[in-house]
Amino acid sequence: MYAIETENLTKIYGKGDTAVTAIANATLQVRPGELVALLGPSGSGKTTLLTSIGLINEPTHGKVVIDGVTVADEGWLPGLDLKRLRREKLGFIFQAHNLIPFLSALENVMVALEINNLTGKEARGRASELLEALNLGHRLNSYPSALSGGEAQRVAIARALANKPKVILADEPTAALDTENGKNVMALLKKLAVENHSAILVVTHDHRMVEGFDRIFQVSDGRITGEQRNGQEGGNDGLG
Amino acid sequence: MNLAIRDIRHHLGRFILTSIGLGLLLGVVMSMGGIYRGLFADALAVLSFTKADIWVVQQDTNGPFAESSRIPEDIKYRIKAVPGVAEASPLSFQTIQIERSGRPFRFFLIGYDLNGLGGPPAIISGRGIRQKHYEMVVAQAMKMGLGEKIHLGLHDYTVVGITGKVVSSGGDPAAYVSLADAQDIQFKKDNDAIRNDRQRIGATLAASQSLSPSQAELLTRQVAAITQSTRTVNTVVARLAPGADLKEVQGRISRWNHFRPISVEEQTKILTKGMIEKARMQLGLFRVILLVISAVIISLIIYTSTIDKIKVIATLKLIGSQNRVIVGMILQQSLLMGVIAYGIGYGLILLTYEKFPRRIVLEPFDLQALFAIVIVICTVASLVGIRKALKIEPAEALGG
Repeated sequence: MYAIETENLTKIYGKGDTAVTAIANATLQVRPGELVALLGPSGSGKTTLLTSIGLINEPTHGKVVIDGVTVADEGWLPGLDLKRLRREKLGFIFQAHNLIPFLSALENVMVALEINNLTGKEARGRASELLEALNLGHRLNSYPSALSGGEAQRVAIARALANKPKVILADEPTAALDTENGKNVMALLKKLAVENHSAILVVTHDHRMVEGFDRIFQVSDGRITGEQRNGQEGGNDGLG
Repeated sequence: MNLAIRDIRHHLGRFILTSIGLGLLLGVVMSMGGIYRGLFADALAVLSFTKADIWVVQQDTNGPFAESSRIPEDIKYRIKAVPGVAEASPLSFQTIQIERSGRPFRFFLIGYDLNGLGGPPAIISGRGIRQKHYEMVVAQAMKMGLGEKIHLGLHDYTVVGITGKVVSSGGDPAAYVSLADAQDIQFKKDNDAIRNDRQRIGATLAASQSLSPSQAELLTRQVAAITQSTRTVNTVVARLAPGADLKEVQGRISRWNHFRPISVEEQTKILTKGMIEKARMQLGLFRVILLVISAVIISLIIYTSTIDKIKVIATLKLIGSQNRVIVGMILQQSLLMGVIAYGIGYGLILLTYEKFPRRIVLEPFDLQALFAIVIVICTVASLVGIRKALKIEPAEALGG
């Protein structure tokens, strides 16, 4: 079973003459444990694709399946609790880490757990474990303003992992980091994908980081134009 | 984990300063309520301390507080004789302003029958008036010491006792003298004026061709005696015997010409409705305006703070936060700000209300009502921020 599956996913903004197609017929599958990139220039539609998979942006056409649950088929399926699905099945990592400035590193991770109804003590324990596993045990009570870029991104990763999601979606997670920190973050993501058996889909235009991915989907002008698998380049056939 | 408290802790300085500002505003709102209640208490102070059932005043007047009223002192005997009246005492009131230590010194002088009604309610220090002349009991607010003298009319008066918070309906502190002294202060002319009066009356009567010189001289003496009499009072207050019917007693006195018997209930109405109604409305209007200003400030603060947190709220939404978490954060901050500001305002008034030039009366009901209003205002004010927060799209968390 795929963790992420899209079939002819299309997103059109506006109507009639002013309609703009942001994504056209994107088809892709990501297995659990895979680290996959959506690579393309700015404005190519990769973030729109990510937000449609992330249950934020309603697709105009096509199908989206997350961890075996069909969430969209010509629009969101009626009766779905998208927030609950996001809480339980998805984890998000952002370009600018998006940590809550008034919460400590520990509390930033705890908040994701508490939103998912984990009680304070349990949440604290799980958050501490996660941060210690990411070598942030000494930074539990530090506020985001006191963390380095790499540390902040690792806290954000811990938050994304807090509810053991099947799918992690990352929007340019290395864009704000120097090469060394960026590579560390990529190595960490790769390790987590394997250890947690999670599918990680990363939007990036950062060519410095391409070697860390299992597969790379090339996105251009709203279409998936190719797939690169462990250094091999392939065409569009069979990939969407 | 309480996000509202954590956010406040992070911006503690801003939150405290805002709460202090709001607290000052709410303090003013509280003090205005207290001033209104104080006006009420002041207006009724003399009325309630006198403990009379009927105030007999000049006919067709609302005296003695709202309008001038003059009646002869000896009417007290007739009133005493009315069936159902247990006690009747004449009273004299006048507002006096003199210079003291180079500054205006204003007070409300009450003249009372030493064995009758209307004297000072309680002596805090010193003693009550024992001699018929030249002794005085003053309210604490006059800030006079025992043994101090004050020159009024033609004589000096010595302070022999200090009483509590007795003020006129205008808020001036009260002083008590014997009725005879009060009448002298109010009506007695100096010797030159008496001589002038006598000569004027004598000259007028001597010019009358219908009077013989001896008749004119006799009349001159009698008319002068009447004009020099100080036996006038502003009211005669009466206390009813147990079981006496107020309406019946009022009816009997009303049948005499020239007098109006006013019950305590009517007098209260005259004082409160007539004299302090406008002040009440004005204070009420100010309170409403200040509360509206408070609501606008809270709305603005909460809205600005929500704008500051757009990325935070979008991130919370993106990671699946329920709306109640976000609404709770904004509402709790607003309520907390209101509650803290209320506490600051209350503390401020508690520390300063004794120093206000006018009496401040803090009624528990008023304070509770204001607290409820503050809670409603905070809730309504937070809606602006909540509306904004609910409109924030989770997608706003993405991007740099």
